[in-house]
Amino acid sequence: MQASLDEIISRYKAGSRESLLPLLQDIQIEFGYLNEEAILRVGQHIKLPSSKVYGIATFYDQFRFVQKGKFHFKVCRGTSCHMHGSLSILREVERVLNLKEGQTSRDGRFSLEAVSCMGACGSAPVMNVNGEFKTAIAIQDIAQIINFYRSTI
Amino acid sequence: MDEKKFLIEKVLAVKADLTQREVIDALALLRHDTVNIPVVYIGSGTCGKVAGANDTFVAVNRYLEEKNIKAEVVQVGCIGLCSYEPLVDIQLPGKARISFKSITHERVETLLDDIFNSEVPTENVLGQFNNKRHNRWNNVPLINELPFFRLQHRVVLANCGVSNPDSISDYIARGGYQTYLKCIRNYTSEKICNIVDQSGLRGRGGGGYLTGEKWMMAHNTVSDQKYLICNAAESDPGAFMDRAVIEGDPHLLLEGIAITAYAIGATKAYIYVMDEYSQAYFMLNQAINQLKDFGFIGYNIFESGVDFKITLVKGPGAFVCGEETALINSIEGKRGMPRPKPPYPAIEGLFGKPTVINNVETLANIPFILRHGPLHFNEIGIPEARGTKVFAISGKAMITGLVEVPMGTSIRDIIFKIAGGVKDGKDFKAVQIGGPSGSCLPASQLDLTVGYESLWSEGAIIGSGGMIVMDEDTCMVDIAKFFMNFLQKESCGKCIPCREGTRRIHEILENITRRPTGESGFEVLERFKGIIQLADLSEVIRDTSLCGLGQTAPNPLLSAMKWFRDEFEEHVFDRKCRAGVCKELRLFYIDVDKCIGCVACLRKCPSNAIVGQPRQPHFIIEEKCIGCGICFDVCKFVAVKLK
Ligand SMILES: Cc1cc2nc3c(=O)[nH]c(=O)nc-3n(C[C@H](O)[C@H](O)[C@H](O)COP(=O)(O)O)c2cc1C
Ligand code: SF4
Ligand code: FES
Repeated sequence: MQASLDEIISRYKAGSRESLLPLLQDIQIEFGYLNEEAILRVGQHIKLPSSKVYGIATFYDQFRFVQKGKFHFKVCRGTSCHMHGSLSILREVERVLNLKEGQTSRDGRFSLEAVSCMGACGSAPVMNVNGEFKTAIAIQDIAQIINFYRSTI
Repeated sequence: MDEKKFLIEKVLAVKADLTQREVIDALALLRHDTVNIPVVYIGSGTCGKVAGANDTFVAVNRYLEEKNIKAEVVQVGCIGLCSYEPLVDIQLPGKARISFKSITHERVETLLDDIFNSEVPTENVLGQFNNKRHNRWNNVPLINELPFFRLQHRVVLANCGVSNPDSISDYIARGGYQTYLKCIRNYTSEKICNIVDQSGLRGRGGGGYLTGEKWMMAHNTVSDQKYLICNAAESDPGAFMDRAVIEGDPHLLLEGIAITAYAIGATKAYIYVMDEYSQAYFMLNQAINQLKDFGFIGYNIFESGVDFKITLVKGPGAFVCGEETALINSIEGKRGMPRPKPPYPAIEGLFGKPTVINNVETLANIPFILRHGPLHFNEIGIPEARGTKVFAISGKAMITGLVEVPMGTSIRDIIFKIAGGVKDGKDFKAVQIGGPSGSCLPASQLDLTVGYESLWSEGAIIGSGGMIVMDEDTCMVDIAKFFMNFLQKESCGKCIPCREGTRRIHEILENITRRPTGESGFEVLERFKGIIQLADLSEVIRDTSLCGLGQTAPNPLLSAMKWFRDEFEEHVFDRKCRAGVCKELRLFYIDVDKCIGCVACLRKCPSNAIVGQPRQPHFIIEEKCIGCGICFDVCKFVAVKLK
């Protein structure tokens, strides 16, 4: 069962600036992203202008303002993966999915994100789809990997 | 007697007698020194999980169930050999613990079949652990005599990948939390600060500030509330040692935090962990709950009159939040932008109160120092830097993973003796130390030793301890561009030189790695002007930025320009990238002997740079070529070649 926005907000003390980031994080865990309503409501609760809440949220990489796709691709852009050609991997994924990094496809099936080191430097370059790691990927494999997910819907 | 009651009454109590036979035996059992049933250990740190440790775990359990074997399965952290994960160790009663590498789920069955028949499989053996109580296996090397481990000196990582990180009993059975209790029962806070000062410990987070001095400053500031923050932000791309410590030995860190908090007079500690470190967060949360259960958190801990509380904070992801004042802002619910110093956090930090911020590794050294005394710690390392340092080795090294060496070890030893050199028999080109604020060192500088001042003298820094090995296929201009791109994205935007300057440097580097097709005279001029400006621009950024990010931002570029000037010049003047990394600078030609004139490349070329008749060899017009490499990819006859 999904907790409602009210319920999450009520876990935190009103007017406490310290709670702002944990509160936004909780909302994002529950709903996958921060929508306009969430930002407005958090602003009222913490007693901060919603413009400020939005400003702070955009400062941090973690917060998203669009829903993730059903399949969320994370391509590692850490140093080790970069040396093993992760930029070309990212471009190829972008090309095959027809998305740019940070976007979600219009049908909500795919989203793409470039992240820094995922801790698998030993098997670079790596990519992660919904938590499942693909290690030591080659450019030629990408179309196949993506087609696999395309066909599973 | 149940485990907790036993540990509290017989081990942690004031009048506990640890020399009693039954206590010694019980503790040996708790830390798996003696085992009554077989134990299977599976390396399940993040690196292990990525390599498939979860599947291995399932396969092991299934095997034990099918064969009806009574055994214990323990998920341990990372021992440092990330490229050999998933690691599986097996300990039979009375026998030495033996370790195997790359045990993916399909290898589990053969391995366990062999072991339970007391045979050592010939494949994937790594080594066995040295323990006087156990019978050794024949023909299996000792783990601490392997080249990877021989030169290491493990203080912080001593139990990572060995002990059970899920169990507080295991930690206590290894002597854990006894040092903490000794401190709060017998030592004044001032005394602890002095001991740490004498030990010569310096911060491992990058700055290298003397830890004892920093504590003293906070200790001597009068305030009704003080805070301790453990900096586990570790957002430097290519560093993962803090994560390994947390996942492999969370209680070591927590004991360090507890002692530090007492020493500076803080009753409240925060641990700031990156949000992506989900497993580390989970481990810490679990360990903190165990602490609560044992009564190490709360009021009047073990009747000592000391109060202590820990809060876990999830960092919402920004490199600059690793900087201490930015981190404070982030905990306060503001944008993670650094504040001007002074006032130093030790005087006026979190919520305006005195706050000490220490790195994970710094804090993980504290229990060792207080247990063995400052002099013992002083014996490790070199005068300017005492103790050990953990490095995360990645990139093109033969073995990627974590190593802990005494300060003063040469970089050459770390890369060639411990990590086994460069993989695939390639030539070594450079090593990048210290992440985005660090610098690249060429082969001629490999005899530098790790430390603080010894590296500064060559413009390098130890940083947080990432060490990225680069081979001949790496382009130094590209690496400099990569770091500049990272920094321009991560600059918080407070100082204009940092915000705009890093961006401009990135632009200039982009320009020299881009093919100048159709460039007008003016654009050429701009390109050269940019290159001439690089050095001045770097200087301005360094001198006028507020925090460490800006002040060190030009380092990756300046060091690359210093040591690999010829490569930069090649890019600028010859428009050539010798490593073939800068895609747009590649030049292709068609081998007339191989080309059969299938016209595949001609059709695909986006800039009509290929000419030729069907069934006749084709040609590439170099002036028109944009270096995209499509012809190279589509040619089925390997006729398109790189110049
Ligand atoms: C841009 C920037 C990023 C930093 N990132 C980290 C980090 O990820 N982890 C860390 O422990 N220290 C980091 N530091 C250093 C901290 O500011 C601080 O010096 C350190 O946490 C102090 O702990 P120590 O005395 O134990 O080294 C960073 C500094 C700067 C300028
Ligand atoms: S130097 Fe850069 S990161 Fe640091 S405060 Fe200034 S703008 Fe922010
Ligand atoms: S750099 Fe990609 S996993 Fe570490």
